[in-house]
Amino acid sequence: MEVNNSSVEHLPQLSKRFGHLRKITERPGPFCHANFSASPENLEFLSTTCKILIIGAGGLGCELLKDVALMGFNDIHVIDMDTIELSNLNRQFLFRKNDIGFSKAERAAAFINARVPTCHVTPHFCKIQDYGEEFYRQFHIIICGLDSVVARRWINGMVLSLVKYDDDGSIEQESVIPIIDGGTEGFKGNARIIIPGLSACIDCTLDLFPPQVTYPLCTLANTPRLPEHCIEYVRVIQWEKENPFKAPLDGDDPQHILWIYEKSLERASQFNISGLSYRLVQGVIKHIIPAVASTNAVIAAACATEAFKVATNCYEFLNNYMVFNDGDGIYTYTYAAERKPDCLACSNIPRSVSIEDPNTTTLEDLIKQLCEDQEFQMKSPGLTTLIDGKSKTLYMSTVKSIEERTKCNLTCSLGELGLKDGQEIMVADPTTPNTIIIKLKYNTNEVEMK
Amino acid sequence: MSSPSPKSPELSEKDKKYDRQIRLWGEHGQRLLETANVCLINASALGSEILKGVVLPGIGGFTIVDGRIVTEEDVGSDFFLDTQSIGQSKAKCCKELLQELNPDVRGDYVDESVESLLESRPDFFTTFKIVVATSLSEKTLIALSKLLWERQVPFFYCRSLGMFGSIRLQIKEHRIVESHPDSRQSDLRLENPFPTLKQHLDATNLTPKVPWLVVLYKYLQKWIEKHNGKFPRTYQDKEELRIMIREGMTADEENYEEAIRAVNSSFGGGKPPTALQNIFDDKSCNELNKNCNPFWIIVRAVRDFIQSENNGYLPLAGVLPDMTADTESYINLQNVYRQQAMQDADNIFRRTQQLLRSLGLEEDLIQEEDVHLFCREVSGLAVFRGTKISDEYEKSYKSVHIAQELRSPGSLIEHYVALRAFERFQTELGHTPGECNVETDTAKLKSVASKILSEWGIAETLSDDLVHEICRFGGAEIHSVSAFVGGCAAHEIIKIITEQYKPVNNTFIYNAITSESACFKL
Ligand SMILES: [Zn+2]
Repeated sequence: MEVNNSSVEHLPQLSKRFGHLRKITERPGPFCHANFSASPENLEFLSTTCKILIIGAGGLGCELLKDVALMGFNDIHVIDMDTIELSNLNRQFLFRKNDIGFSKAERAAAFINARVPTCHVTPHFCKIQDYGEEFYRQFHIIICGLDSVVARRWINGMVLSLVKYDDDGSIEQESVIPIIDGGTEGFKGNARIIIPGLSACIDCTLDLFPPQVTYPLCTLANTPRLPEHCIEYVRVIQWEKENPFKAPLDGDDPQHILWIYEKSLERASQFNISGLSYRLVQGVIKHIIPAVASTNAVIAAACATEAFKVATNCYEFLNNYMVFNDGDGIYTYTYAAERKPDCLACSNIPRSVSIEDPNTTTLEDLIKQLCEDQEFQMKSPGLTTLIDGKSKTLYMSTVKSIEERTKCNLTCSLGELGLKDGQEIMVADPTTPNTIIIKLKYNTNEVEMK
Repeated sequence: MSSPSPKSPELSEKDKKYDRQIRLWGEHGQRLLETANVCLINASALGSEILKGVVLPGIGGFTIVDGRIVTEEDVGSDFFLDTQSIGQSKAKCCKELLQELNPDVRGDYVDESVESLLESRPDFFTTFKIVVATSLSEKTLIALSKLLWERQVPFFYCRSLGMFGSIRLQIKEHRIVESHPDSRQSDLRLENPFPTLKQHLDATNLTPKVPWLVVLYKYLQKWIEKHNGKFPRTYQDKEELRIMIREGMTADEENYEEAIRAVNSSFGGGKPPTALQNIFDDKSCNELNKNCNPFWIIVRAVRDFIQSENNGYLPLAGVLPDMTADTESYINLQNVYRQQAMQDADNIFRRTQQLLRSLGLEEDLIQEEDVHLFCREVSGLAVFRGTKISDEYEKSYKSVHIAQELRSPGSLIEHYVALRAFERFQTELGHTPGECNVETDTAKLKSVASKILSEWGIAETLSDDLVHEICRFGGAEIHSVSAFVGGCAAHEIIKIITEQYKPVNNTFIYNAITSESACFKL
């Protein structure tokens, strides 16, 4: 079991630098994965072949870049469309004050490349949706450090669409790219591994993402009780009405926030509501999620450990979900999240959508259901279907001319549109790069059939 | 369009930078953090990660103590060392790259070993708010533990070995006012309304516009009347109350629906929970003295208030959950609660002033706003009394708990014993297990572990696989494991400094192979 130095001689800079990692990768051990073979080739694979993508260069992303760079990964890509802000600096440790306004991906990559000369980080200053299959197909592992559910679902859908099947329906292993996903909020976090087509995907566990808090409009307008009600009233109603800056509300514009603050304060004092602060206004308008350096460090580290296990086979990787919380002591819990047999994203079964009565349910009702239902949580679904063998666009908001042409359908009932029980509808939505198929299920017909 | 007001409410530069964390521990927590100094003993990937987690949120200052020189291997696992650092002082290089993270933080270093500092200037360590150490020898750990216990400096000892890690907190006494529980029971006093509440509720008519609390109160009165002054306690009682409310509905009034849903969670608040009762019964509360922490003086004032004039009820928190209602009836009700809370807090504040005077202490030791915060948070108060690390190294160590845990399969206590054996091995054999020869060291480590266990009077043994794995690590420090443990430790440090959130009690063990962790009270 002596450490063998000979095979990494052609990589002299690695042999000493990664002395720590070599103990784990070049020695056999009792807890290693059955497919693990202790050898210098493990680190060599990390440094010469393995290509890893980090999505997001924010709180988790900065940590992830550092972690994978020091875990022996060499060919690292990072993608992020955001630029650096002052409020990032309490945790996004690759950025300094003079980086404010610049691309997160570019600054983060430059920092890592300067600090860790053994690795090369390639930045992509753009949206994940700007790239297609050819781009994502090149990676062995993708780690997500995102704060957006929509982006997570999109990349989940993308990686699922890359999975290829043999003639006999079994998955081609080479087409599978594991996704390691981290998420944090305050002192809570989670890390998970998704093996597309094999284990629970993001959409299988959509119910883990709580829907955003919304207040009934009548409360905002007539019976406000909380400072939040006053702020939402100003944002939703007064801004629209007065349009003070002749521009849409921009949460990053201090003038805009100040206006909302002052108007909310007026409204709050009119109703004798106390507790309204500038920080609260900002929090409500920008949907700010509290964040600290430590939770991001912990979750990113857990993700990087799993990426290392996947890439080297040294240990069995997480099956498949870990929850973390250090608000009261330190607590972790791991469990196997289960696949949903009729998952929108990873099953081929069209999901049924229950319709009470096709003669009273309008197309707009259906779209609302797709957006508000916990199981769909779509953003702006575009709907097409086949009627008498011809493709028909029912509604689409993303292309202006089509929107104009199809918006009259919104108020039509499903019956009027000629949609039958069992009708399959193709749905396009920002939450996925793929087309989702839903199947209408009319409850009234069902009753008649009994 | 409004012009910017002269006193702009906009946050200061610093408030903006720390905004995302101030939302968690408040501006007062941030102030405590910004005035605290920590000392890190032994720079390492783990040490750097711990400091990173307190430097970014803006700790006052840090000092690194390390007498070693940077090696190439160090650079491979520690992000806060670079290629140019090789051959230089580890304390100095690490300090520079960590300080570069945040200009608000003062960094310092001492390039001397902890052992020599302990000998020449032991008082040095007691000047810090918190001391945190990694990779100590048994002897140094014991000495440091005793010194810091004696001098009441909170101390963290953290380990990162291969795929395993641990955090041990040593603190004599830690008091938490804001524990930030995930859920709070609301204290509504419906069974025993204070006079102004009773007056308000009796004078309010039931309409679809009033908060559910009014609905529940009115039907509770009917229920009590029907049951000769008894309160609903059992499930059947509450079910009967729910049915009464439902029968009182004329349309589907939302406030009635909310009242029905609230039946289960609205009674029983306002009495001290067991943990709080233990704090009231504590010696520190009963035997106040000139040197006691102001926390105990407020606790005493609260206890006296509860016992002597509030019928065993806590000072009112004065927090009303949101309820569907028109603005006026909600705000009026809210004010009734707030005013009573204010009154209770004022009463307790006066009591603290009396106690301070009788102890011959300055009255400004306790501020009015301290007492108000205290009263709001009273049901979640926590006192943490720790144990000394050096006790775990005594031959007479009471290890019943460890013995018990070792008998339950898969318990991570085994990893604690394995980490202890690793350190004992180093003491006795003078090198790191598995550094060169895994096989021979595995056999030796096994016997070291058995010796420790038999000293503790424990018949169980460590699994051969675990001992082998420890040797396989050969002392390696894996960056992602250190980053995990470091992140956890950094937050524990922040908890102690800000006196908010409950810290780990007292030993945390992490196994990165299985992604599991556990906490033990040693
Ligand atoms: Zn799925």
